[in-house]
Amino acid sequence: MKEAVRIGPAPGAGPSLEELMADVAKGDKEAFASVYDAVAGSVLGVVRGVLRDRAQSEEVAQEVLVEVWGNAARYRTDRGTAINWVLTLAHRRAIDRVRSVEAAAARDHRAALLARTPEFDEVTEEVETRLEREQLRRCLRTLTELQRQSVSLAYYRGLTYSEVAELLSVPLGTIKTRLRDGLIRLRDCLGVGA
Amino acid sequence: MTAVDLHTLTGAYALHALGPAEQAEFERHLAACEACAQEVRELSATAARLGLALTVVPPDGFKESVLRRIDSVRQAPPSTSSDAAGAGAPRRARRVQRWVLAACVAAVAGLGATTVWQYVEARDARQEARRAQEATDQVADVLAAPDAKARTARLAGGASGTVVVSESRDRAVFVAASMAEPPSGKVYQLWFDEDGTMRPAGLMDPHRTAQTVLLEGAVGDASGMGITVEPAGGSAHPTSAPVALMRLPA
Repeated sequence: MKEAVRIGPAPGAGPSLEELMADVAKGDKEAFASVYDAVAGSVLGVVRGVLRDRAQSEEVAQEVLVEVWGNAARYRTDRGTAINWVLTLAHRRAIDRVRSVEAAAARDHRAALLARTPEFDEVTEEVETRLEREQLRRCLRTLTELQRQSVSLAYYRGLTYSEVAELLSVPLGTIKTRLRDGLIRLRDCLGVGA
Repeated sequence: MTAVDLHTLTGAYALHALGPAEQAEFERHLAACEACAQEVRELSATAARLGLALTVVPPDGFKESVLRRIDSVRQAPPSTSSDAAGAGAPRRARRVQRWVLAACVAAVAGLGATTVWQYVEARDARQEARRAQEATDQVADVLAAPDAKARTARLAGGASGTVVVSESRDRAVFVAASMAEPPSGKVYQLWFDEDGTMRPAGLMDPHRTAQTVLLEGAVGDASGMGITVEPAGGSAHPTSAPVALMRLPA
């Protein structure tokens, strides 16, 4: 059985991730080791979801975790939970890598779009956190087909919204709106607060 | 872009699905729009849930490797700005500083005359890397611009060329495939065509048959582009008949 990932404070289970982050910001390496235990699997999962390549994903995930250490003082509790902060950073870095690699290769734009990573369902086969996955799957089903596709292509494949529009042959304005109302519907279904 | 248009970008922003220019524009808007900032926080938290579902178990040795790496990383002081996710550019700059620092450390180590050269090399490489990165960023920016329009044409000798223009960026990108190498000592030069007047727009790499080039200078009033064969280094005016002339996409 895999270790469960703790997201928010668990009853009677020591300091919260947010409290640990405050200690990390003061240079506490033990606190960082605890933060690592709580977030590393998710960081690697997010990065691997976007990049697919195992070695490259591990490299970027390590950079993200080192950045969590280095920039812990930049994390502010009033901007959201620590896990959000970390996973936003992980996704951003994975996207940076995907886009820089592509720009450097000066590859044929459209071909690369089509040849990129597999669909969400394939991605999620690796998922270890069953409960999280089941809830997400159920909530994704409440989205319209276009909302679900747009959100998945943007998040899991790291496409820009204009690339999503191009790939789905849908006007830009429509994709912009679908990304927003799709996420809003997901937010409400998952019961996410800021 | 109007404030209403910008507001609908909250979703794309939370998913990191904006191009660099739009992202910068949206972040400026975000600083002045508390309702947008709140929505971005919620939608980012929602996106993080998409990520959480991907959680895996890191491989053996991963933790040790991370813990080893933080030993040599100095922590940043608390930030006064609201830079939550950080930006790409300062990171790149930091990496470069480390590189230059390495050259300086080498100097202290008493490597004598070679260290000056190493420092210069590091600086040149840094400038080179920055130029290359800026060029690819700009190319990506034009290609990803919402108003980017493309036109493809068959060129002589089985080559093909696609010109992509973004009116909002006022820039053009030329994508060439299967171009024959120019004669030895010659290069392909790109031109903007303004009512028959050719304005220099940069050179192509003579050793690559397929390449993507950001045309130098603004598109302005140009209605077309041309390619000529010129002596190495290029010319101020075309010295030969164009090997290709293309209209820019309207």
